[in-house]
Amino acid sequence: MNHPTELKYSKSHEWVKFQEDGSALIGLTDYAQDALGDLVFVNLPEAGDEVTAGEAFADVESVKAVSDVFSPVSGTVAEVNEELLDAPERLNEDPYGAWLVRVENITEQEELLDADAYIRFCEEEENG
Amino acid sequence: MKLIFERGCEGQGCTLLPECDVPAVELDVPLRKTPLRLPHVSENELSRHYTEMAGQVHGVNNGFYPLGSCTMKYNPKINEKAAALPGFTGIHPLQPKHTAEGCLEVLERTEQMLCEITGMDAMTMQPAAGAHGEFTGLLLIKAYHDSRGDSRRRKIIVPDSAHGTNPASAAMVGYEVVSVPSGADGCVDLEKLREAVSDETAGLMLTNPNTVGLFDKNILEITSIIHDMGGLNYYDGANLNAVMGIARPGDMGFDVVHLNLHKTFSTPHGGGGPGSGPVGCKEFLRPFLPESPFGRPEHSIGRVKAFHGNFLVVVRALAYLLTLGREGIPEASRNAVLNANYMMEKLKDLYPMAYDETCMHEFVMTLEPLKRETGVSAMDVAKALLDYGIHPPTMYFPLIVHEALMVEPTETESRETLDEVIAVFREIYQKAHDDPQALHEAPVGTYVRRPDEVQAARKPVLRYAFTETEK
Repeated sequence: MNHPTELKYSKSHEWVKFQEDGSALIGLTDYAQDALGDLVFVNLPEAGDEVTAGEAFADVESVKAVSDVFSPVSGTVAEVNEELLDAPERLNEDPYGAWLVRVENITEQEELLDADAYIRFCEEEENG
Repeated sequence: MKLIFERGCEGQGCTLLPECDVPAVELDVPLRKTPLRLPHVSENELSRHYTEMAGQVHGVNNGFYPLGSCTMKYNPKINEKAAALPGFTGIHPLQPKHTAEGCLEVLERTEQMLCEITGMDAMTMQPAAGAHGEFTGLLLIKAYHDSRGDSRRRKIIVPDSAHGTNPASAAMVGYEVVSVPSGADGCVDLEKLREAVSDETAGLMLTNPNTVGLFDKNILEITSIIHDMGGLNYYDGANLNAVMGIARPGDMGFDVVHLNLHKTFSTPHGGGGPGSGPVGCKEFLRPFLPESPFGRPEHSIGRVKAFHGNFLVVVRALAYLLTLGREGIPEASRNAVLNANYMMEKLKDLYPMAYDETCMHEFVMTLEPLKRETGVSAMDVAKALLDYGIHPPTMYFPLIVHEALMVEPTETESRETLDEVIAVFREIYQKAHDDPQALHEAPVGTYVRRPDEVQAARKPVLRYAFTETEK
């Protein structure tokens, strides 16, 4: 499974990519998309919405279940990836390219893991 | 298979109207500008159409149907005979009451018996199915809090193992859903529940036995925690088949329940209805019940369906209740529990159980180890069962168990049938180790092999596309 080292990871299986301008892209990890199975629907917030670290800001539906997506940071949604609304399969095909939202004015963030720690965390989840 | 629109041709038909013996009248109403697209088929073709369709489905009449949480028990034909009596089928809901007293008696006696079984004081027969019952029951809870000016209560607590309809119904009523995790034993985590309740709690929704097939032994404590905070307890009757006539939701501390007559009380289901989801409540909620032809309770939430709901489903349920009687109802539940435990015991050496203890009417196994060892998933096993003429168990539910298969044999299967099915499960397990590829490709003998679920969800085709240009 692929977990790029330049990203940060949350324990609820979202990745965060901090940009040079201080904003951050948020998406679902490879582990998450694999566990969810084929995604068929994505429900995203709108630009301008506030998101709070640790709280749900979107939901995704796979053939198995509907799941909340939790925000690893608090801030304002600057942009949503509208391409996903018509093509949720992008989340399966390219989990690290298919970002969900870009968040700006970030005021706080959850405790995030680096790639190595995240891989260990996933292994523990598998065996636990 | 040809669809009905692809059969027959213009000019064929099977309507033979008698000659008109009254003067023709033109009605002054807006008329349809284009003719309806009705199929043109002879009675012969129509009959073949339905017979061919019937050959492609699997129902309780075809074979074993252990679809967990759905209680696909056999529906005795005597229920159908009762529901087909002309005194029940030839009535109109607006005809004078004194001309339909037998029908009113059906409603009253069924209500009495169901109240006795659930430990409730009053009931409405209006809701058309389970989720409609949940919605109605939550409206009662909301109306109760509002009537007391207690409008801060905006939250409904739902365990993480709940049926998806529970949080959906709560959201429909306008409540915020608070999810509480299950403990390692599959039951509600009491500490987490205590943390979740507050003076904003409107109520709790729970099934007992719960979604993993276990009777929550802390049920009295759970319902007290909610009551002590001023909330009400809602019993989802999905799993009542395990405890009918043995343990009553009303005695466990529940204030409102819904039943699924079309599962627990043996009326046909699975084909999209009609169903029936009566809602029972304790005396203090009676004033909020839906308005019906019997009258309008003082603080009624209004009507949730016309008249008395799906009356003929109630007739079937009453036939079932009267057939089984006071001894037969609890015996049915005991046999449902016995059958589930029998199957579980005979399978658990190969298929690990999610919770290894005495189950109620259903059990959940996890195929995670099998998938790890052989690559064969719960989906593959479910599909393989189809080739043996067995309907798959419920798959990938509850969500808290990975690679879950949820098996509910019901009380209406014989030991011989259970033994055959157990042998099939064991054979599939062996095959998973010997020839996993065969299971990835199953089923091979069904009309449709593996439908493309992903495409069906992403790009559903929901209606017939006529070939000529559409208006």
